[in-house]
Amino acid sequence: MRHSLFSIVRNAIGGNRGWPAQWREAAPKPEYDIVIVGAGGHGLATAYYLAREHGISNIAVLEKGWLGGGNTGRNTTIIRSNYLWEESQKLYEHALKLWETLSQELNYNVMYSPRGVMMLAHTVHDVQSAQRHIHANRLGGIDNEWITPEQAKAFCPLLNIEANIRYPILGAALQRRGGVARHDAVAWGYARGASALGVDIIQNCEVTGIDRAPSGEVTGVQTTRGAIRARRIGVVAAGHTSVLMAMAGVRMPLESYPLQALVSEPVKPIMSCVVMSNTVHAYMSQSDKGELVIGAGTDAYTSYSQTGALHISAHTLDAICELFPAVRRMRMLRNWGGIVDVTPDRSPIIGKTPVPGLYVNCGWGTGGFKATPGSGHVFAHTLATGAPHKFNAPFTLDRFRSGRLIDEAAAAAVAH
Amino acid sequence: MLLIPCPWCGPRPELEFRHAGQAHIARPADPSATSDAEWTEFLFLRSNPKGRHAERWRHASGCNRFFNCVRDTVSDTILATYKPGEAAP
Amino acid sequence: MTQPFRTEAGGQIDRSRPVRFSFDGRAYVGYAGDTLASALLANGVHLMGRSYKYHRPRGVLSAGAEEPNALVNVARDAARSAPNLRATQVELYEGLTATSQNRFPSLGFDLGAINDVCAPLLGAGFYYKTFMAPRGAWFKLYEPIIRHAAGLGRAPVAPDPDRYANRYAHCDLLIAGGGPAGVQAALEAAPSGQRIIIADDNPGFDSATLAGFANVTCLPRTTVFGYFPHNFLGLAERLTDHLADPGDRARERLWQVRAKQVSLATGAIERPLVFAGNDRPGIMLAGAARTYLDRYGVLVGKRVVVFTACDTAYAAAVALHRAGSQVVAILDLRDSPGGPEVAAVREAGIAVYPASSIVGTQGRLRVRSVTTGAGLRIACDAVLMSGGWTPSVHLYSQARGKLVYDEERQFFRPAGPLPGLRCVGACNGDLPESGGFLGVVPGQRGGPAFVDFQNDVKASDIQGAVAEGFRSIEHVKRYTTTGMATDQGKTSNMNALAIAAQQLGQPLPSVGLTTFRMPYTPVTLGLFAGAARGELFDPVRQAPLHDWAQAAGAVFEDVGLWKRARAFPRGGEDLHAAVARECRTVREAAGLFDASTLGKVEVVGPDAAEFLNRLYTNSWSKLAVGRCRYGLMLTEAGFVMDDGVVARLTVDRFHVTTTTTGAPRVLAQMEDYLQTEFPELKVWLTSTTEQWAVIAVQGPRARAILAPHVSDIDLAMPHMSVREGRVAGVPARLFRVSFTGELGFEVNVPAGQAQRVWDVLWAEAVKHGACAYGTEAMHVLRAEKGYIIVGQDTDGTVTPDDLGLGWAIGRSKPDFVGKRSLLREDLIKADRPQFVGLLTVDPVRVPEEGAQIVPVAAPAVGSHALGHVTSAYSSATLNRSIALGLVEGGRGRMGEVVHLTTASGTIPAVIAEPVFYDREGGRLDG
Repeated sequence: MRHSLFSIVRNAIGGNRGWPAQWREAAPKPEYDIVIVGAGGHGLATAYYLAREHGISNIAVLEKGWLGGGNTGRNTTIIRSNYLWEESQKLYEHALKLWETLSQELNYNVMYSPRGVMMLAHTVHDVQSAQRHIHANRLGGIDNEWITPEQAKAFCPLLNIEANIRYPILGAALQRRGGVARHDAVAWGYARGASALGVDIIQNCEVTGIDRAPSGEVTGVQTTRGAIRARRIGVVAAGHTSVLMAMAGVRMPLESYPLQALVSEPVKPIMSCVVMSNTVHAYMSQSDKGELVIGAGTDAYTSYSQTGALHISAHTLDAICELFPAVRRMRMLRNWGGIVDVTPDRSPIIGKTPVPGLYVNCGWGTGGFKATPGSGHVFAHTLATGAPHKFNAPFTLDRFRSGRLIDEAAAAAVAH
Repeated sequence: MLLIPCPWCGPRPELEFRHAGQAHIARPADPSATSDAEWTEFLFLRSNPKGRHAERWRHASGCNRFFNCVRDTVSDTILATYKPGEAAP
Repeated sequence: MTQPFRTEAGGQIDRSRPVRFSFDGRAYVGYAGDTLASALLANGVHLMGRSYKYHRPRGVLSAGAEEPNALVNVARDAARSAPNLRATQVELYEGLTATSQNRFPSLGFDLGAINDVCAPLLGAGFYYKTFMAPRGAWFKLYEPIIRHAAGLGRAPVAPDPDRYANRYAHCDLLIAGGGPAGVQAALEAAPSGQRIIIADDNPGFDSATLAGFANVTCLPRTTVFGYFPHNFLGLAERLTDHLADPGDRARERLWQVRAKQVSLATGAIERPLVFAGNDRPGIMLAGAARTYLDRYGVLVGKRVVVFTACDTAYAAAVALHRAGSQVVAILDLRDSPGGPEVAAVREAGIAVYPASSIVGTQGRLRVRSVTTGAGLRIACDAVLMSGGWTPSVHLYSQARGKLVYDEERQFFRPAGPLPGLRCVGACNGDLPESGGFLGVVPGQRGGPAFVDFQNDVKASDIQGAVAEGFRSIEHVKRYTTTGMATDQGKTSNMNALAIAAQQLGQPLPSVGLTTFRMPYTPVTLGLFAGAARGELFDPVRQAPLHDWAQAAGAVFEDVGLWKRARAFPRGGEDLHAAVARECRTVREAAGLFDASTLGKVEVVGPDAAEFLNRLYTNSWSKLAVGRCRYGLMLTEAGFVMDDGVVARLTVDRFHVTTTTTGAPRVLAQMEDYLQTEFPELKVWLTSTTEQWAVIAVQGPRARAILAPHVSDIDLAMPHMSVREGRVAGVPARLFRVSFTGELGFEVNVPAGQAQRVWDVLWAEAVKHGACAYGTEAMHVLRAEKGYIIVGQDTDGTVTPDDLGLGWAIGRSKPDFVGKRSLLREDLIKADRPQFVGLLTVDPVRVPEEGAQIVPVAAPAVGSHALGHVTSAYSSATLNRSIALGLVEGGRGRMGEVVHLTTASGTIPAVIAEPVFYDREGGRLDG
């Protein structure tokens, strides 16, 4: 059933008992053309674009838990494309352009809200770094502008721009097209779209082994719901990528860290943009429900525990209370953790692996949500054609051998 | 906040320590003799297991010494800590 | 000023102390010991809130932390205003001012209730299905409307002036919960002398029996909100919110407790029954009604209907009956209720209707009557309901304890103790056998039956979500928002689960539970920040000469934790003018500069030179004692990580300097390799950053300034050398080094003597027309000479060769950190960005740092950049702008014109050698 105001009215009259299932409850078949491991946003988007743009719909998306239950449903939903390196800019901007029409594409309101992402500068070094980003972005056709502390305050009245604080705000880089979207809706929208195109989404189906022929190429997977044959396998499993790739004998340049986020109790609108600060290390926006959505960097040690340490979230809140002193009296409602897979250069790996037929899309670290549509789109191309899309061509596993890193962490290099 | 038993100082709160990555990755004795693949392995490839994991910590706000630690990365339970050069238990 | 629903006697309130308060502007009186909820109930007020989505009128449901409905704002003033407080936990104080939320214009008449009329259109997830056209309308049109309608209370508008305290504690036993089971656990353990902490969120939990034990710390008004690995727990203690005059005491205290053993005695929470119209004001949990009577002497109604599937409601009925309420009927879902409580009720002459239910209720702002399954309409002013009890397993679950489902009694309980953790009492499932019911009450004939009161999730929403394919309970939760309100589903989760399970046709435990997340109840954000605000947000490191600089009018910049003097403007100078003057003065006479923030590491031992050989790119073996060398440190991946001057003081002692912010990284890298890769080397590392103050004396007059105050060092010492002796009578390490291109010295003296030495040198400097200069002039002066700043001209992707520093690599060395990586294919390719100078064609125009370097004046959008400008200044010395940058194959492009991006268009510049001043280096010798 197509979603629209009309369908809502018609169903309301029918007591809302006529809505069909948004996706089919599929049982695994013995064989698929392509198996995608991981039904998060990236995996589901991959399946959707494979079916929609490449005509391949004999696909299974395997999920050990419930779809969208990993980092897709645990992140702080920030979307932006103002990255430093040209390779990153092209990839994230590709995603941002897809975000702009995603609700219409999927007929599912993913609530893409380009409310502006403001990245604060607190030191001379921050200013230099922000200016470099702005110049690079403008050349790349990506909106990003420098604003003064007063302009920042006008854009976000909650912000404390007094000069006598520990790290006064010297200005900010603002990407107006940046914003947020509704994370669950992204997973559900892609799942609904993919399912309608014939993709089997199989939940509660954990991959326990990756089968390889004597000649090396993949032949299928072992799962808790039986063996499934496939000649092409795409692993899109975020924090669990290392574990899955180890099943195929591949070691990855990845480490998995807990990443915490939290929300406050809901209040009436007080903040209509996203504010990020790398120097004092926190970011915040307000959800449509009214909750302040707060996050920061990863915890200090690798872990699969999906919980974080108190002192890490406390430190994040130090920063939030410093930037927005009026929210100190508000209360934390819910704190949670995800497991993010981090590469040495903080950029993703999207493409082939040394094992023929085995592809991987991983290493998104703390910033994968914003890339969801673009990531799925280029990975679908890669899986369908066996060759990378031009936008993921630089994001190879091989770059760690060649040294051609795409080091976004470099932007945060601080010395003097 | 973990309670980490430093092999020299005893149990101390995590705040005193810095995590220092996977343990027992020996730097090749003669890096110039390594292939690109071997060098990449040393530089970047990590086991990142779910479960028992040998890792390094530095007691940065204490004795400042590195030591090794076996931790379950699912429960965060510390199974053992030991000095550099000692074999993993 | 009567309190019509207050009993004559009883309760734990202090009837001798009336307390005046206001709710929505109306004045009331309660008693000391009341909560806002109990005081309002005593005054006959049940309507305390409006629901989130449909704005339905709501009364208080519970008497504790699980309250979903009665959320209010309590404000002492504009800044000390807190939204979303549970009236059941707000302690009354004289003058308390509370207001209701999420209504306009008033609680009794709320225009938002139009949503209730439109409810069929606003079913679970309706917003995912519409508001999509036209493109962009979501953000511009629909979202603002939804945002405005959503939210509950209003956030405070001014900075919170209150303080928040923090305490770390260790104990042998932490007990969460001060009910009978918790107090009993404390009494059992106390005689052993163990250090015990017992916390309860109530103000007056029954701790009197523990008062005699010095080893027991009782924390009332304290919530154990989080359970972290290794028995680390977070507690929030409320210190002043209950006081009429909080004074200047801290408002709350965060306890971070490491406990050897934890006993959870967190009790159980009563469940509502899910039936049509179960949300009208006056309908509440039976146990809550009993609490209001027993603890506060309040009758929740005069004419009461009880609807239950659980024996405990009978005890409540008897209690209310005895206290004077008329209990008109007890409707029990069970066919044959029995047990002592039931017998007591029958003795009291109360009518019990087995196998009966409520299928509808009437009343707008207060329940007026109920309709039974048998079609009876019973008039009443309160309904007490009980669907049984759910153990509070939140903390146990946070501690990663596994829950097991008790089929018989329909709840999840802890599977058993964990290392260092046990559960006692009701939270462990030790509840009396008393029955219960989960799911939708049978026989419903329509009308909304609420599961999650605050978020307005109805049973039909959950059924609909399941039908739409949301089969995991996590999906149901997210799609319907059940359990996601400020009460986190404490009263709703089990019913939601049961309804989903029934719809799925699966046994309840196989549908699973949503995760219990910290915090147990909401915790103030400021509590986590504690004292880390303002000046204390992050430590401030001040150089030894900070006070002098401040007095001299310096403007400071933040560099890492350091405050560094950026410039010393005089008499109305702006930064630009001050920097120009400082630069000129240094080049023409001399300048004094506080370089103390540079990192310093003393590397000592017989293998010190060999150690440095391995850590730095340069060769150190042949460096003569008394000489210095520029050192370059790489990461193992081959990229420049840090640099600095390294001096050899004796054969086995090196004085290593680092960048200001790189110091901790450098020392950590050194320690890492020394301890774990090269433990055979006999080397000791000591950070001496804070031991040595460094006064740079730079400029043609530098030697003349120093000469009168140095007696035992020959100042004819060569460039890049070090001597030990005395400066101004103070033991010193005197370096002859230059980061300006001028004749230069750096005087290292013990930090405690820095001011004394500076004063002497400054007095001398003034005679020579010298000035004090700051980091900005330092940056310009070094840029004129093409000296790099790591972190500004490099960014973690730059190799020594990129910087033209190939000469700093000891080619003959077999190995050093990063050497092998330099051989990787991408690090040796020809078109890598290389460090160059850039001279704008218009000499006045200063490029912007970070500007992209492109080959054409009007680059197309998406063009590839050749590189970027890393540093750019207006050079007073050269009377033109200068810039440094990284340009692909830059060293092969000398003289080429490139274009630098600006905020509007580009400006042309010529690629030049990155040394703009005194290329021959003659000025180094004065």
